Order: sequence, then C-alpha cells, then structure tokens
Amino acid sequence: MSLMYTRGNSGRRFRRTAVALIVLVAAGAAAWKGASLWRKGEAPADAGSPSLPMATATYSDSGPGLHGPEPMLANIFAQIEQNRLESALALTENLLERYPKFRLGHLIKGDLLLARTRPLETFGNAPDAPADKLADLRAEAMVRLRGYREKPPADTVPRYLMQMVPEQKYAVVVDTQKSRLYLYENDQKAGRPRFVADYYITQGKLGAEKSKEGDKKTPIGVYHVTSSLPREKLADLYGSGAFPINYPNEWDKRQGRNGHGIWLHGTPSDTFSRPPRASDGCVVLSNQDLDAVAKNLQVGLTPVIISNSVEWLSLDDWNKERTELNRQMESWRSDWESRDVEKFLAHYSDNFKSGAQGLADFAQQKRQVNAGKEWIKVKLSDVSMFRAPDKEDYVVVTFEQTYRSNNLNNQMKKRQYWVREKGTWKIIYEGAA
Amino acid sequence: MGSHFSPAPRLPRLSSPSRLLPALLLGALIGFGTPTISLAAEPAIADIQKMVKQGQNAQALEKVDAYITARPKDAQGRFLRGIILTELNRNNEAIAVFTKLTEDFPELPEPYNNLAVLYAQQKQYDKARNALEMAIRTHPSYAIAHENLGDVYAKLASQAYDKALQLDSSNSHAQSKLSLIRELIGNSSRPGKAPTAASAPPPVAPAPAPTPVAAAPTPAPVAPVPAPAPATREPAKVTVLDKEKDKEKPAPAAEPARVEKEKPAAAKSDGDDSAVIKAVQSWAAAWSRKDVKGYLSFYGPDFQVPGGASRKSWESERASRIDKPGKLQVTVDDVKVSMNGDKATVRFKQGYTSATLKSSAAKTLVMQKSGNKWLIQQEKVGS
Repeated sequence: MSLMYTRGNSGRRFRRTAVALIVLVAAGAAAWKGASLWRKGEAPADAGSPSLPMATATYSDSGPGLHGPEPMLANIFAQIEQNRLESALALTENLLERYPKFRLGHLIKGDLLLARTRPLETFGNAPDAPADKLADLRAEAMVRLRGYREKPPADTVPRYLMQMVPEQKYAVVVDTQKSRLYLYENDQKAGRPRFVADYYITQGKLGAEKSKEGDKKTPIGVYHVTSSLPREKLADLYGSGAFPINYPNEWDKRQGRNGHGIWLHGTPSDTFSRPPRASDGCVVLSNQDLDAVAKNLQVGLTPVIISNSVEWLSLDDWNKERTELNRQMESWRSDWESRDVEKFLAHYSDNFKSGAQGLADFAQQKRQVNAGKEWIKVKLSDVSMFRAPDKEDYVVVTFEQTYRSNNLNNQMKKRQYWVREKGTWKIIYEGAA
Repeated sequence: MGSHFSPAPRLPRLSSPSRLLPALLLGALIGFGTPTISLAAEPAIADIQKMVKQGQNAQALEKVDAYITARPKDAQGRFLRGIILTELNRNNEAIAVFTKLTEDFPELPEPYNNLAVLYAQQKQYDKARNALEMAIRTHPSYAIAHENLGDVYAKLASQAYDKALQLDSSNSHAQSKLSLIRELIGNSSRPGKAPTAASAPPPVAPAPAPTPVAAAPTPAPVAPVPAPAPATREPAKVTVLDKEKDKEKPAPAAEPARVEKEKPAAAKSDGDDSAVIKAVQSWAAAWSRKDVKGYLSFYGPDFQVPGGASRKSWESERASRIDKPGKLQVTVDDVKVSMNGDKATVRFKQGYTSATLKSSAAKTLVMQKSGNKWLIQQEKVGS
C-alpha cells in the first residue's frame, strides 16, 4: 500500500489526478478495515461500564476531540477524495493554525496549492525534496490515518494488561508497527482496563527489538516508568518532559541485552512531531501528547509495555489467562507454606537465576532454611501481572509478600518473572522490587 | 524550482493613447457610480506615461500628483501614480495607492493584480493570493491574474514544502516574476485586448483569445489555470518592471530564430567580431559588479540618451539604480553581431537578476569603434 498520487489518464488535469491519488489512499483505508472502526466521538460498546460518562474518554488522539491532528487529517483526505480541493485546503489551513509546526500538514498544503498550477505526480511534490524526508512524511501520514481508522476493537483488552493493582491508575501500551501509544485506565469498577486515548509515537530509527547499546532500536517488553525529568533539566530534543523506563529489565539482562537511557519523551521545539522512525530507541510523543500522558504516569508504578503489534483479547480469553496464572501463583504460595520444599522448588525453572545465584544454589539454600521451619505463613497482596508481548512470552508479577514463620518474619515487595515451560508457568527470576 | 514558472518574460508593450481610448470608454461603462475615468484627461495621462517610459519617474510623479490634485477621483491618474511609485521602488506607497483603488473601484481587476505583484515582491504571498483571487472574482477569465495566481500558488506551495521538509529555498529560488499591469484597460475583455505599441512592429504572434477553460465561469472549486503557451504569450502580459532597462522603444521580443545577421558586413573581420562580444561581456560584467564608473565608460560620447534627457542626469540615474544593495547579475546570451565598418549592431538575450527581480529580455546595442575600443552609441530594448 503506497501513499502515492498517480497521474490521471489525461495526465494534465490535476483534478482527476488528485482524485486518483487519494483514491489510493482510500483503497489503503479499505485495507485497514477489518477491526471495528470507531467513528470519531463514538463510544465503543463498553458493556462493562455503561454508567461511565463517555465524555471522559477520548477516542481521537491528542487533543480536543475532532480537533486532534488525525481527525483533521482524515477529514482533509476525505475532502480530497470527494474532489473538494478548495475545502481540503481550507481544512489544511485550519490544521496548521492549530499545529503550526506540523510538517505533514505543510506538505499536504504544498500539494493542494501546487495542484492549482499543474498536475500532481506524487504525494509531496516538492521539487528537489530530499527523498528521505519525503518518505518520512509519507510514512507519518500512513500511520496516522491508520491509527485513526483502526481504533482498538471494542470489548477487548490488550493481552499484556493481565492484572493491575488499584494503585496503578493507568497503563501504557505501545504498538511500534502502528506507531501508536494506547493509554488505558485501570477501571476498578469494571474490573478491567479501559481504553482512554491513543497517540502517534516515534520509535527508533532502526525499528524495534533493541538488543545492543547504540543499535537505534526500541526495546520490546514489559517496563515501568522509573523517574520523571522535568523540561527544565532537559535539552530541547526531549521537549516538554521525559520518563525513563527500566530497560534493560531482568529478562533483557538474561538475554544479554544492553544499552540504557530508553525514555518516553517529547519533541523538540522546531517541529510538531517526528517521523515514525527517528529516535535512538526512545518512544517519542508530541509535546502536547506527552503532557496529556504525563498527567497519568506514576513513577515506579505505571507499566509501559512495548510491543511490535498489540494483541487484543476478548474479555473471556483475557479472564482465562489471568485466572490460570493466579491459580499457579496460589499453588506456589501454598506449596511454600506446606514446607514440602521439593514441591515448592518445582515451581522454579531449570534456568532460574536471581543475581548470581542459579537454581542449584537457590535450591540448596531453600532446603537448608526449610529444615529449621516448624511453620510458614505466606500472604500475597497487591499482585500485578503484565505479560510480555510477542515472542518474549514472560509475565512480570509484582506483589507485596508477608512472610511469617517460627523463626523469621519478613515483609517485602517482590518481583518475579514467570515463563511458560511445557505448558506450565515457572519462575525464572525473583527478587526485591 | 523554476520549471513551472513562466518562461522569460517579454518586454512591456504599452498601448498607445489612441488604442486606449475606446478601452477607457468601456471602462467607464462597467464602472458604477463614479464615472471619473475622464476622457479629457487622456492627453495628460499619455504625456506622463511617456515620461515613465523614458524613465523620468521623478518628473512623472510630479505631473501625476498635479493631475490628481485636480481630479482626486480619477482612476487612471491614480493607477498611473501607483505604477510610478512602483517604478521608484516606493512599494509601500504604491501598495497604498492600489489598495485604495480596489476600495474605490472594486470592479477593476488591475489594481488587485498590481497589489498582488507588490505583495509578492515582499514575499507576502498570502496577501498576493487574496488580491489575485479578488481580481479573478471580478473577472473570471482574466488570464494575467490567473497566470500570476499560478505563480503565487507555486510560491506558496514552495513555502509549505520548505516548512514540511525543512528546506531553505528562499535564497536559491528565483524570485517569482509576476506580471504588473501597466495600464488600466478597464475592459471586460482584458485578456484579449492587444494594445499595439506605438513605435514598434506588430507583435510576432497575435494575441491568443483566452482559452475556453480560462473563460469558463468559475464557481468550480478550483480556478482553472490556463496553460500559457510560451511562444504566444499575450502581449498584454507585461513583466515586472525590469527597471534597469530602457523603455523608450518597447518591442516584442522576437524569437531567437528570427534573430540573424541582417547585414553581413563586407568589412567584417573575426577579430572585430570577437572584440565586440568581449566589450559587451565586459559591459555586463561591470554592471554586475556594480562598477558604475566602469559601466558608464562603455558608453560613447555620442551615446543617444534615451528620452532626450541630459547625459548627466541619465548617468546619475543609472548610477543610483546600479549601486543598490543586494546581489546583481547581468548575463549576456545568444549574442549575434552585425558588423558594418566601424559600427556593430549587437543583439542578445540579457538576463537580469537582482534581489527583487529576475528577467530576461532581448536587447540591442549599436556600437561604434573608437580607437581600439567599442563604445555604445545606442541601447535599445528588443532586437
């Protein structure tokens, strides 16, 4: 699917040409269909929370409803499709009034103006245009329109948000292929995450699946916001703020991945947005979008899950997965209390590692300790579970653990990484959170 | 950019008073309310126009001011005043004059057009666009305004692309060359009106009627832009003032094919031929580097000063024009020399690029050999 204007048969009549080119855009749009399309301002069928005032949900990205860049862009393309170029230009000028540094908007404006003097041949007819910049803007147009037309399907949940704790107000899910960031609210009344808004994002120049320092890729995995850096402390490149995340996490380290300084951050002052692939691995939002998301980010708490392509589950499937893992957790807890140390150790993967300690050391230590135990009580609370996307297939479980026994009491916040091995969940890492 | 800009503009063709007269009559008819386009004033206007043609703009301004004082509402006089102010580079005043004209005579497209030309010179393309769209609203088939609007759209598009792609083309791109209308035709059939120059041979190509596309009434979403055929440009299309050129003998530019050595001189020698070309090139070079003294040294003592002005005032006017800030480049191309003893007639294409103008025009120099130097005896626009 290419966003190309094609020359009409006549070759000279720009109007036909313009229509032809936009028809291609529209044809692309048809290909984007499939998932349920949420029309602007329309609420998804949210059976779980019919009482929620929909005004609080924004189904268009960034900004007030219909005046976000994407609804406006979609509207412009619709006008072009109907050969209403005058109106398309007027809308583009509105768009630029609202977002004066929106380069894509300027490109479209250039085309609409040029269409009045000669036939258009492509999308972005600037003479001597640097091909890379043009390709960037084309890509941005594509992903923005696609993001606008392909909202998350109603009655689905990103698979990764298995379980949140009440403290976690929001979760961030990123789809690198779509250049999209989805913000979900932890809707406790409904007992599930609820879609709030989505935003265009920029990822690494060389795409996703970061593994090495300097590879200019965005990591895929389960992370959380570790701190907040205010604008005053940042170079202009980072825009209105930055939120570092904990790449490389324990899983990444086990895979030998390195690098650092992966942030969510804003956009430099000379532009409204950056191309879909432009960062050194960070996830970049427009400043207004970053500000909107930032209000909901909690340092140390808010999960940031970055995927190649978000997997949406029906509520049934989603419930099934979380129930299964909760059952496994409960089994681990009760086996611990049972003081049957081998049964307890069976929950751990052969590849278990915590710091320098492998499974053998860990098992030996547990057996030693267990010898002195007359009774053990383990209580788990505030359990959150976030499943890693794509082929990673691990779950980050974080919880409060209250441990009591005849000779030791201990309370801690613990984090475990669970992996699926031969059909059952096993612990591959655990440590203090 | 450039490919979509108009080809090199041709030289101004100014209508003779006798041809203008019926046009003005029609103009008076389409005007409503203020029939101040007075026929009695015509000779005075023609005199002033003549002064403008001869480059005597300061004097022309005095005359036109006096003229307007007597007839404060006269559109013709005020329009001419706008032209003179433009010639004098007093653009803001010119803008004020044309703006007021659009207010007082909203049915006349010429003031809108010229307003657009001035705005475009100031790179205020949005304003230029608005003005041209107004001109077209009053006269949908107005080819010059359409053409100018095409250029303005192209400039606006270029600006938009610059912003989109972070280019800076403001320096590298040619200044747009919008066409200033030099006379108020006041005729609804503007594009077809082909004023004939008083002292020049008839135009090479007859003025084409406006294309049906352009003439179509345009509530259409996008105003169709007539594709100008470079070889048959309407004579009414007058290029922005190449102020550096003499205008005493406006003539249509002949196409290069027509330019040839008319009188192969018996005494012609290759040595002289190349010496003449070298002289012309040196003359252009001196002009380009704003070497006023060097430039003037190419003019012989018998140089026929245009418009019959004194040599001294001509020289000082040239000096003040050449020695202006900003880059200046004068190029000489397609040189054809006709020799006749110690006389040479040199025809060439003169390219002129300054901070605000870019033009190309045919030029003729009549040169006289004086010792071992070739000096300019006559300088004419056209060939």
